[in-house]
Amino acid sequence: MGSLELKSIRKAYGGHEVLKGIDLEVKDGEFVIFVGPSGCGKSTLLRTIAGLEDATSGSVQIDGEEVGHVAPAKRGIAMVFQSYALYPHLTVKDNMGLGLKQAGAPKAEIEERIAKAAGMLSLEPYLARRPAELSGGQRQRVAIGRAIVREPKLFLFDEPLSNLDAALRVNTRLEIARLHRSLKATMIYVTHDQVEAMTLADKIVVLNAGQIEQVGSPMELYNRPANLFVAGFIGSPQMNFIDGAKLGDGAAKTIGIRPEHIGLSRDGGEWKGKVIHVEHLGADTIVYLETETVGTLTVRLFGEHRYAADDVAYATPVIGSMHRFDTDGRVVNSGP
Amino acid sequence: MSKARTSIVRTGAVHAALIAYTLVALFPVFLTIANSFKSRNAIFREPLAIPTPETFSLIGYETVLKQGDFLGYFQNSLVVTVVSIALVLLFGAMAAFALSEYRFRGNTLMGLYLALGIMIPIRLGTVAILQGMVAANLVNTLTALILVYTAQGLPLAVFILSEFMRTVSDDLKNAGRIDGLSEYAIFFRLVLPLVRPAMATVAVFTMIPIWNDLWFPLILAPAETTKTVTLGSQIFIGQFVTNWNAVLSALSLAIFPVLVLYVIFSRQLIRGITAGAVK
Repeated sequence: MGSLELKSIRKAYGGHEVLKGIDLEVKDGEFVIFVGPSGCGKSTLLRTIAGLEDATSGSVQIDGEEVGHVAPAKRGIAMVFQSYALYPHLTVKDNMGLGLKQAGAPKAEIEERIAKAAGMLSLEPYLARRPAELSGGQRQRVAIGRAIVREPKLFLFDEPLSNLDAALRVNTRLEIARLHRSLKATMIYVTHDQVEAMTLADKIVVLNAGQIEQVGSPMELYNRPANLFVAGFIGSPQMNFIDGAKLGDGAAKTIGIRPEHIGLSRDGGEWKGKVIHVEHLGADTIVYLETETVGTLTVRLFGEHRYAADDVAYATPVIGSMHRFDTDGRVVNSGP
Repeated sequence: MSKARTSIVRTGAVHAALIAYTLVALFPVFLTIANSFKSRNAIFREPLAIPTPETFSLIGYETVLKQGDFLGYFQNSLVVTVVSIALVLLFGAMAAFALSEYRFRGNTLMGLYLALGIMIPIRLGTVAILQGMVAANLVNTLTALILVYTAQGLPLAVFILSEFMRTVSDDLKNAGRIDGLSEYAIFFRLVLPLVRPAMATVAVFTMIPIWNDLWFPLILAPAETTKTVTLGSQIFIGQFVTNWNAVLSALSLAIFPVLVLYVIFSRQLIRGITAGAVK
């Protein structure tokens, strides 16, 4: 069990509104990711769900129960923090067991749950150590273990991978995905990294300036962004935006094409241009092209290609791959 | 490493300055202790000489231990100092936690108000304090001294500790809240251990003026049973005749308890307790 419903959540600090009416429904067992740029309110929203911040108005319901005035410890949640937030003076085992101990669970049950969580995360050799004696990755696993031990209705993750190096980040990401499958628990995860969001989520919530821009599965957001912000935020490298007038499209103010939906040729094509920079990544080649008609384009080619700066090349968009946006930045009628 | 750092002249100059300062700072202490072991004549004949077999004398210490209840004075000083430090640390840390952790109307103003005492000496209020103590029937009790010293130490304690408590990770406190720790448990079990170095600093800064104070013991608690060491030593200083042996011996003795307290606190100054808590 673990469903969540947010109804018109608002949060203001003084006169400054951080959350401007958030409505959201999370079903039991879903992996939902809040993603957005820094300062968009995603962490505040997570902390409001946790009860660490009180919403100025609106209601938070966990399993259909209003929890607006319930203490964080009684909400049936567990949270994993970016900075791990382990208790420095307690051993790994005590760190994991503290929540249950506070709740007055019997000793045998605490032991059993710690053993189970430690097994899942291969933390057994470290149970007697203190956080200072662990590496960053191990500390974050302990923090995740501490959450698992509580057997919460909702797991909340606040940028849990931001402090880890790139290799560990991928490993821990896999670990979290595996945990979600084996625990079948509802998880809410905050990140500013759209790759994390795309790889982990069942459902992504894109936030910007305290408002939800779009909610959908990763592929929905990729294929049918509802507005300019989502189109630009999801996908790497970023989508190309072209002034609609330049393409003679009266209905659309802006036209977006993803870099991977543009073909490049030396012989001929729709837009002639000069290569200004090339990034060879092995699996991909990213070409930056200064075109005569539509400005600078980013083109992503799969595999290796022998383009170099100052080469002349012709770009051609894949038919039906254009996203058209009106003057307010909303999509007019999207591509596939 | 940069050239400037390895320059012998530069390092030498720095060391010379530090050594000179150390000598200047330690000289009075050395003089007090050295002369306390000399006979009266030797003190006046050669004040700077160290005690030799001819000039060595314990007459000062004998006088101190015989005359008056010096052990009692020590006890009074210790009780007043230790209890005051404990109260200053407890209430100072609590106020600092509230100021740094909770958002409420007038937070900044309250912080400034509490810090005001650093700038305004408490002695300005001596007359009012004395009147208050008389009215409360607390004159000639150690309680009077403890109350005054607690008030005197709190502003600095609140100021220093609230700055330090701001540096304690919010995530850690929030993790405690999610694990069901009460605000008191978060304060005592998570925050206090992490600001121990700051607590030790505050303790040292609070301790020295209390131990050395003559003013308030003289005014609030001059009775024989409540005299502190500094006040007790004054009996050897007369208007016309001063028993220098006794004064110097009493002062030498008075250094040691405070030295012990200092050593205890300075051990806490060692950092690294927070390592591994965050990042």
